[in-house]
Amino acid sequence: MASDVSEQIEVPAAQRRLAWLSRSTLARHVLLAAGGAVVLYLISVGLDPYRDYLMAQVAAMVVAVAGLTVLIGLSGQISIGNGAFMAVGGYTGALIFMHLHWPLGLILVVAAVVAAAVGAVFGLAAARLRGPYLAGATLMFAVALPFLANQFSGVLGGDQGLGFFITSPAFLGVNFSLQRWQAWVNCGVGLVVFVLLANLTASKVGRSWRAIRDDEIAAALAGLNVAGYKILAFIVSAACAGLGGVLLAIYDGTVSPSLFTFGLSIQLLTAAVLGGLGSLAGAIWGAALLVIVPIYLQDVAVSHGFASQATSAAIPTLAYGVVLIVVMLAFPRGIQGGLSRLVKKKGSL
Amino acid sequence: MVEFLEFTLEGLSAGMIYAAIALSLVLIWRGTGVLNYAQGAMAMLTSFIALEVIYVSHSYWLGFVVALAAGLVIGGIVERVVIRPVTGKPPLNAVIVTIGLLILIEGLAGLLYGSNDRSFPPAFSINGLSIGSVALGITRNDIFTGVAVLLAAAALAVTFRYTSIGLRLRATAFNARVARLLGVRVGRMLTLGWALAGLLGALAGLLVSPATFLNPNSMDTIFVLGFTAAVIGGLESPAGAVVGGLVLGVVLSYAGGYLGSEVVNLFGLAALLLVLMFRPSGLFSSAQARRV
Repeated sequence: MASDVSEQIEVPAAQRRLAWLSRSTLARHVLLAAGGAVVLYLISVGLDPYRDYLMAQVAAMVVAVAGLTVLIGLSGQISIGNGAFMAVGGYTGALIFMHLHWPLGLILVVAAVVAAAVGAVFGLAAARLRGPYLAGATLMFAVALPFLANQFSGVLGGDQGLGFFITSPAFLGVNFSLQRWQAWVNCGVGLVVFVLLANLTASKVGRSWRAIRDDEIAAALAGLNVAGYKILAFIVSAACAGLGGVLLAIYDGTVSPSLFTFGLSIQLLTAAVLGGLGSLAGAIWGAALLVIVPIYLQDVAVSHGFASQATSAAIPTLAYGVVLIVVMLAFPRGIQGGLSRLVKKKGSL
Repeated sequence: MVEFLEFTLEGLSAGMIYAAIALSLVLIWRGTGVLNYAQGAMAMLTSFIALEVIYVSHSYWLGFVVALAAGLVIGGIVERVVIRPVTGKPPLNAVIVTIGLLILIEGLAGLLYGSNDRSFPPAFSINGLSIGSVALGITRNDIFTGVAVLLAAAALAVTFRYTSIGLRLRATAFNARVARLLGVRVGRMLTLGWALAGLLGALAGLLVSPATFLNPNSMDTIFVLGFTAAVIGGLESPAGAVVGGLVLGVVLSYAGGYLGSEVVNLFGLAALLLVLMFRPSGLFSSAQARRV
């Protein structure tokens, strides 16, 4: 209906083209992503291999956190088990890579699909649960799943895990840094995921999720298939986690139970909430904080002699705990929530 | 048959620990509607405190008492300093604050004690008991564990049921606003609830540390299983916490004993999902209307 009204008003041609952009969500998101790609390309070229490597890790975590922030922030379901879906994606990718040698793009898609399928099964079991009961079930899922690697150690490699080695494609030249290639792959996948998620959240599905989050009974009375949408949210978040897992595996060149501990699941949750629930930009803040702050702090702690090599690993842990508490007390809606409030305040002055 | 008895007793003994953690979680959940993810880490910290006191004083029981007192104090401080400010905010904020606390405490312990395992003395002998020549698979210390947790649970039940403070605690948990109107110092009751939960957690830490050894992460698994036990029993019900703990302990003991230690956690997950499939709010949940 809104478009009918706007078509009746005469507007200059240039403005009309812009109006088309603001009306078409897809076009806007694709344009934003293209801009992001250019920025990320420029950053990655300027960084040394180690920082490219970190960039790849941040991008992998961003993908997983984005899926979780959609699950919690939009559909209102909590998960402290998305690390398990990352494991599913990571192991799937590693197995295909080692045994079938498929092209990278296909591996990514299949890993996401397999993780989504596991998410669907788990979502079916979890759709009736809420609050701490859902939290408990997902947490136990994250604790238990890595033990499958020991149970089927013939295929999954037990505690050692699986190792593989990827190389940058030939057309980039022999001397092209592998880390930069990893950063490109991970950031590229991240941008695609962001466009898809941004469109999904702006669509009927996103609106239905919000309706269910705010009032499940009202949503059901309005004719929404509540259980179906809840399971769909689990599928989407599991697919993102699976993608994040396979990206993390590619970046590490290995998958093992110690990569996907339940600590990882907890970190995903903290990153999603820290960044600001339901906000894709928040997922970037959260994931970046999660990866970069500990590394930075450990360097500082060791170089300033605050701690020996043995105890220095504890410093980033300690600091991350403090950051979590302080941010939650100072910005109850996370970093993105705090930022948008700041911007609004400035605007009103 | 003897094996079966052995696994059962082992399971009950381990289940008592899960029950203690579950009880402390239920206590906090009913009072403040917060799930304390730092409960395990707090218990780890108090166990380290006990170890220090035992090392200095050469007295196990002095360390035991100091650790319980420390649990009480830490629980109260945590409620007052970091939990109070997030009440009334989105519920996930409290979750993240307790997770932040968990990470902070583990970091602190890592900084102070490093990440190596420390052995922790048991209260009583850990030589297996036997009837005649039949080994029972439990020790004097296991019996102490069971008695201590049951005593603590009973003391808690009596306090809640028959004392004035217990009545005020229950009133606060039932409806804080009405309780405040009736003259209950709600803030103090919430602090007291957290303090009591801290004490229970400290007890669980003291009881389990001889078996798991002590390191900054040693309570992680115990906490997850205690949480699972609370969810199985139903977070509203203290009796459910004890039953949930014992059920989980026995199931895991059978799984570990008959099928090998690799599958223990998978069976924990299976037990949890099975219960939640039929009782989405735990075994001891009462039918409750959700607010529309």
